[in-house]
Amino acid sequence: MPYTPELNELIKKVEKTRPARVEKKRAGEEFQGMSLQEREAILKYHPDFKEEGRTEILVGPSKGYRIAKEMVSLLHAKSRLDPDAVDLGHVDYETDVLIIGAGGAGSSAALIARENGARVLMATKLRIGDANTMMAEGGIQAAIKNEKDSPYYHYLDVLGGGHFKNDPELVETLVLEAPKVMAWLEKLGAMFSKFEDGRLKALHGGGTSRKRMHYAGDITGAEIMRTLRDEVKNHPDDIKILEFSAAVELILNESGACAGAVLFNLETEEYIIVRAKAVILATGGSGRLHIQGFTTTNHYGATGDGLILAYRAGVPVRFLHTVQYHPTGAIFPEQAEGLLITEKFRGAGANVLNIDGEQFVYEREPRDVESAAFIRECLERGKGVPTPTGKFGVWLDSPMIDALKGEGTVRKEFPGKWILFHRYGIDITKEPMLVYPTLHYQNGGLEINNRTETRVPGLYAAGEISGGIHGENRLMGNSLLDVVVFGRIAGCAAAGYVQSGVKDGALSLDHIRAYHRELEAARIPLDGRVAPMILPDYSNPEVRKKQLTTKYHGTLR
Amino acid sequence: MSKTETKPKKAAAKDKAAEERLVPIFVMGKRYEVPASLTIQKALEYAGYQLVRGCGCRGGICGACGTVYRFPNSYRIEVGLACQTVVQPDMYIAQIPFFPGNKAVYDIESLPAVGATLGALYPELFKCVGCGTCTRSCPMDIDVLGYVSKAVQADIAAVAEGSFDCVMCGLCAARCPAEEVQYNIAILARRLYARHLVPQAKHLAAAVKAVENKAFGQALGELKKMSVDELKKAYKALETEPDMAEEFWLPRDKSYLGE
Repeated sequence: MPYTPELNELIKKVEKTRPARVEKKRAGEEFQGMSLQEREAILKYHPDFKEEGRTEILVGPSKGYRIAKEMVSLLHAKSRLDPDAVDLGHVDYETDVLIIGAGGAGSSAALIARENGARVLMATKLRIGDANTMMAEGGIQAAIKNEKDSPYYHYLDVLGGGHFKNDPELVETLVLEAPKVMAWLEKLGAMFSKFEDGRLKALHGGGTSRKRMHYAGDITGAEIMRTLRDEVKNHPDDIKILEFSAAVELILNESGACAGAVLFNLETEEYIIVRAKAVILATGGSGRLHIQGFTTTNHYGATGDGLILAYRAGVPVRFLHTVQYHPTGAIFPEQAEGLLITEKFRGAGANVLNIDGEQFVYEREPRDVESAAFIRECLERGKGVPTPTGKFGVWLDSPMIDALKGEGTVRKEFPGKWILFHRYGIDITKEPMLVYPTLHYQNGGLEINNRTETRVPGLYAAGEISGGIHGENRLMGNSLLDVVVFGRIAGCAAAGYVQSGVKDGALSLDHIRAYHRELEAARIPLDGRVAPMILPDYSNPEVRKKQLTTKYHGTLR
Repeated sequence: MSKTETKPKKAAAKDKAAEERLVPIFVMGKRYEVPASLTIQKALEYAGYQLVRGCGCRGGICGACGTVYRFPNSYRIEVGLACQTVVQPDMYIAQIPFFPGNKAVYDIESLPAVGATLGALYPELFKCVGCGTCTRSCPMDIDVLGYVSKAVQADIAAVAEGSFDCVMCGLCAARCPAEEVQYNIAILARRLYARHLVPQAKHLAAAVKAVENKAFGQALGELKKMSVDELKKAYKALETEPDMAEEFWLPRDKSYLGE
C-alpha cells in the first residue's frame, strides 16, 4: 500500500527539515545523545519496566524470579508428554551429539563438533536455517581493525549496552572469539561487503564507539546462515538432519546427566526417542510469545521451546526480566507490521523524526533507550504519526542516506528493504519509513559458563537461548556474533565431553514427574496448558469453533 | 505507559475483519473468503490452516513459502512469497513448500576457483535451454537466467553478484525444464567467489594473530576487575568514531589497541 494522502501531507514536514539536517550531519553536528542518567530515566517508558507485565515463577530452579507473564505461563505448564506413556527402552536414534535447533548456533555447533570427531544429529522444528539468524539484517560486530579498535573497546560497548550487568567471563569470550569467527566465516566463503583490497566494510550500530559492524548487504544473517547451511549439508555422513521434528522433552540418565531428547514429528505426530552422549540446545528465542501484545520480528518458530525443556531439567534462567524491542519495526503498511527495519539505516545516518518532522532522540542510542524514546514520543508526548489502523509510529528518514552518501546508496546497501517497500508502492530512496518498536530479542535465557556448559552434565546451550552475554540489553551486531562464537564453543565442548568417556545409564524422564509434582504442590491452575508451545497460534477462532472433532494439545491439533 | 497494546489490538483486528471487504481465493482449488488486505500466508491461517510447512520467517527472507498462483482466464503462472504477497480476488493458490534439489557435496577450501568447477559439480548446467522460466518464477525479481548464463560462461563473480538476493525458495528449480537447481549453483559460486576470488582481509588475519598472541589479555583483565563505577567511568570516557569519519580514522588514545 502506498502512503495515504494524510501521510503524504506529513511527509512534507520531513522533507522540509531534511536539508538542514543533512547539513548538520555533514558538519558532524549530532542530536545530543543521552547521558547515562538520562538513559536510565527514559527507560521507565520501556515495556520491561511495566510491573503488570511480569509475574513470579513459582516452581523450578529460578523460583521467585519475576519475568514476562507469557514466559511464566509456559514455565507453569505441564509437559506435552505423559512420562508413563513413553517407552524409553525403544530408542529410535543414537548419536554422540544431539543438537536441538538448526539456526546459526546449532549449525556452527554441528560443524565444529564434527570437526572434533563427533557424530552429530541435528533435530529442528522446521527446516535447517529456519531461525532468527536468517532474519538478522544489519551485521556482525568484531573488533578487527586494530589501528582503531580492539576487544577492549568492544567489551566496554557490550557492557554499556547491557547496563554493566553482563557476565564478564561471557563477554570476554565473545569479544576475543570475534576475530576468529570472522576469519572462519570468511574462509567458509560468506560474502561480506568489502573494499576492493579485501578490507571489510563496517558501520556503527547503536551504542558502538567504533565502526565494527560488518555486513553482507542488508541480509547479513541470511548470508551467514545460508553459508553455514550449505557447509552442514556438505557432511551428510557425519551430520544427520531431522527436520520438522520438535524437541518436547530432554531425557536424563540415572546419574543425572543429559542423555537425549524426545522429539515430536510434526507431520506424522509420533514421538521419537533420541539417545545421545551430549545435547546442545540451540533453539533460539521467543518473540512469537508476543510479550505484552507486541508485534515481533522473529521467526515463526521462535517460541522458546528449549528454555522450557532445560528449565524442567534443572537449569536456572537469568536476565529474562528484560526483552529487547527493536526500535524500528515497520508499522506501515499493515502487511509489513512488525517487520524488522535494520538498525543499519541509522548507522548510515538516517534520522528519526516525529509528526512535525523534528528530531527528538539521537538515532543511535542503545536499543532499549531508543525504543523507550519512541514510545514516549508517541504515547506520552502525542507526537507520533498516526497510521490508518489506529497505531502510531515515527519516521525513519532513509532518503537522507542518499543525500549524505550519494544517489544510489540506499539501493545498493539496502537491496532487500528497497524491493520490499517497492512492492508496496513506497520508494524508500525518496520517502521515509514509518516505524515503531517491535519485539525482537530474548536478552536473557539459560545460565551457561564460557564453555556453554549448563548445570546439567552433558547439556550445553548456545545462542539466543542463553543469558548473560548481553546483560539487560543486547547491542546490534552482537547476536550474529554470539550464535557463531558460542555455537562453535558448544560444538567443541560437547565433542570433548563425549570423547572423555561418558558414563552410560538407564534413560529417565523422572525430572518431568518431579516437575509435575512441583506444579501441583504450588497449586498452579493448569487449565490443560502444555509446553513447549512449538508453534504459535494464529488460527481463526471462528474456524476453531467448528472443528467439532478436533482436540488441541496446546497450540497444536 | 498505561496503554497496553494487547487487547485493543485484538478487538480492533476482529472489528476490522468484520467490516473489511472479503474476497474469494481458491486454495488448491477450494474457495475461501478472506479479508482483502491479508497476505496469502495470513489468508491461509484465516481460512483455518495451521501452517507447518510453507511458513518460516514471515518476513520475506527465508524462502519457506514459495507460492504459485494464477487467475481465471489467464494462462500465466504467477509467483510470490506467501508472506509478502497480498491476496487478490479469484487467485488460485498452491504453495510449493519443498522441492527436491540436487546438491553437490564439496570441500570449498580445496575446490579449484575456476568457472569450470560450476559445470563439473553441476553438469546439468549445460542443459539450460535459455527459456527464461526461472527468471519469471523468481519472487525476488532476480535475473536467474542472467546468472545461469554467466555460470555457463564460467564467470563466477557475475553469478555471485547476480544471485546475491536469492532466498533459495526453489521456485526456479521447480519450473525448470532442464532440471537445474539454480540456487545451489548460485551458492556454490558465491562461496567460491568470497573464499577464493575476493581478496581476503589482511587486517582480519592480523586481528586474529593479535588475539592468539594474547595482545589484549592485560587490557581485558583490567576491565574484568573493575567495579561498575569504574566501568561507567571508562565507558563515558570512550572516544567515539564520528559517523562521517573516513575509513582510516585513528583515535587519539591508542593505549588499548593491543600490546
